[in-house]
Amino acid sequence: MNVAIKKVPLYVIALILLVFTGYPFLYMISTSLKSRTEFFEKPYSLFSSFTLENFKSVFEMGLSRYFINSILVSVIAVFAVMLIAALASYPLSRMKFKLNRVVFLLFIAGMMLPIHATLIPVFKLSQTMGLYDTIWALLGPYIAFSLPISIFILTQFMQEIPASLEEAAKIDGCNHFGIFWRVILPMLTPALMTVLIYNFIHLWNEFIFALVLISSPENMTLPLGLQDFKGEFSVNIPGLMAALTLASLPILVVYIFSQEKVVKGLAGGAVKE
Amino acid sequence: METQLKGVRTATPAAQTKTRPKKKSLNKFITISLFLAPAIIVYILYVLYPIFSTLLYSFYKWDGVGAGEFVGLQNYINLLSDNVFWTSLTNNTWVILTSIFVQIPLGLIMALMLLAPIRGIRLFSGIYFFPFLISTVAVGLLWVLMLDPLNGIINQIVSVFGFENVEWLSQSRTAMFAVLLVIVWQFSPFYMILFKAAIVGIPEELYEAAEIDGASAFTKFFRITLPLLMPTIVSSSILAIVGSLKAFDIFYVMTGGGPNHGTELLGTYMFKQAFVNFNMGYASAIAFVMFFLAMIVTIIIQALDYYRKKKGAYV
Repeated sequence: MNVAIKKVPLYVIALILLVFTGYPFLYMISTSLKSRTEFFEKPYSLFSSFTLENFKSVFEMGLSRYFINSILVSVIAVFAVMLIAALASYPLSRMKFKLNRVVFLLFIAGMMLPIHATLIPVFKLSQTMGLYDTIWALLGPYIAFSLPISIFILTQFMQEIPASLEEAAKIDGCNHFGIFWRVILPMLTPALMTVLIYNFIHLWNEFIFALVLISSPENMTLPLGLQDFKGEFSVNIPGLMAALTLASLPILVVYIFSQEKVVKGLAGGAVKE
Repeated sequence: METQLKGVRTATPAAQTKTRPKKKSLNKFITISLFLAPAIIVYILYVLYPIFSTLLYSFYKWDGVGAGEFVGLQNYINLLSDNVFWTSLTNNTWVILTSIFVQIPLGLIMALMLLAPIRGIRLFSGIYFFPFLISTVAVGLLWVLMLDPLNGIINQIVSVFGFENVEWLSQSRTAMFAVLLVIVWQFSPFYMILFKAAIVGIPEELYEAAEIDGASAFTKFFRITLPLLMPTIVSSSILAIVGSLKAFDIFYVMTGGGPNHGTELLGTYMFKQAFVNFNMGYASAIAFVMFFLAMIVTIIIQALDYYRKKKGAYV
């Protein structure tokens, strides 16, 4: 009895936090299922009638285009980062050479970097390369700015792989590339998963490069498209909420099915095992 | 972050055999270069060269097309007497302070709740993390609606306390407060995860020993948990400072830096100067100041870390 009473404050705090973090999502989803009249009559209550009308109108307005662009850019960029970062991490973590530490620190320092310091030159560069206002303009900066955290995660992991495995492969006549492909890469899967999740979520949500490098609606990624929707939906709030729900859905679904992995992935290099 | 730079120990493969050292070292050089080349090329093209370029542009008056006019340090001199620049710097400082003194403590409380002995906490913890998952643009748009003077739920709540129809985003002070609240909402879950991992790592024996000595939960927290969390608090603060210097998305979406520059940040101001007013030279100067501040913070942190380690302190 005594113990149960002691726990009451804990439950209260837990519930307050639950409402604080969870209510906006409930509001978003509930509003997206309301008709416009219902929203104006009762903006705060849960939806009473259920309609998918808003989702339909959002697709008619071209949300699917943004979806495709976002998927293309994030998937290509993430896989490129995984490969490039894994390649770079191999000598940085397992070979001795003069500039090792300098190169490593140069990459890691990128984590501290404000993107704004590169914005104008990257904008000019995309024009020079003829990529401005295409989704391909995003690939370069997306890959480059994902490298620091990825290299950080992968080098940490690679250091833990015992050197004896490498020695054995060497005796079998493997060169460094062979060792990398056959010995290191297969053992790297957990770290690569972290890199994949971390970068995918960040790139899926990335805003500022898209804002600067894309101008036509048909080339926009989701975050930029949503921002663009804001004006058109100023009178259709349930519609806007449907768009927000759809845009958040992929990540929420992934999260629900593999919560542990996503949390660990997002904490990225900040949490050591 | 300080844990991050702790170091790459280069694993030393057994001493190289001494046969034909010249050819061997050339081979090694080529191998290393090939492994590093893709990363270095992309990194130079999109990170290192642009920073250098930004510094260069900052000495020019330039509208983004054609050739600029070299003006030396004039852009930086203008910055010093630009009120909006100082407002931005102040607002960035507010973001930093909120991150350190509100977000991090709230993150710690959330982490403690995750480990509290109550039912249903697993489900709760899943939801606690939600805000950190969705895009800042979606977060911003959602909260703009919730802060709406007429239909917003926030006004419904504050009306209980006698405030009616607050126009949150139309006045500097309330706008700043509102955006900071949203930042706390969005990023506290991140610190929650960091703290949870750190708390789980504290050896159980310490608590058992304290229990035998008859320590209360309160004492245990202040004598065991908090001191052992110091490294996490320090590294979280570093992440918060650096992250706050970069803040942009949420302000751009919710207020656009307005009303009347009231919520302007270095990031939003730089963006406006560059891509709305096409003062590319001036914008580059702001961007370089941002870069410079981030570097100063990093260097100070590294130096502190170095001296602390030299002294052999644990924290």
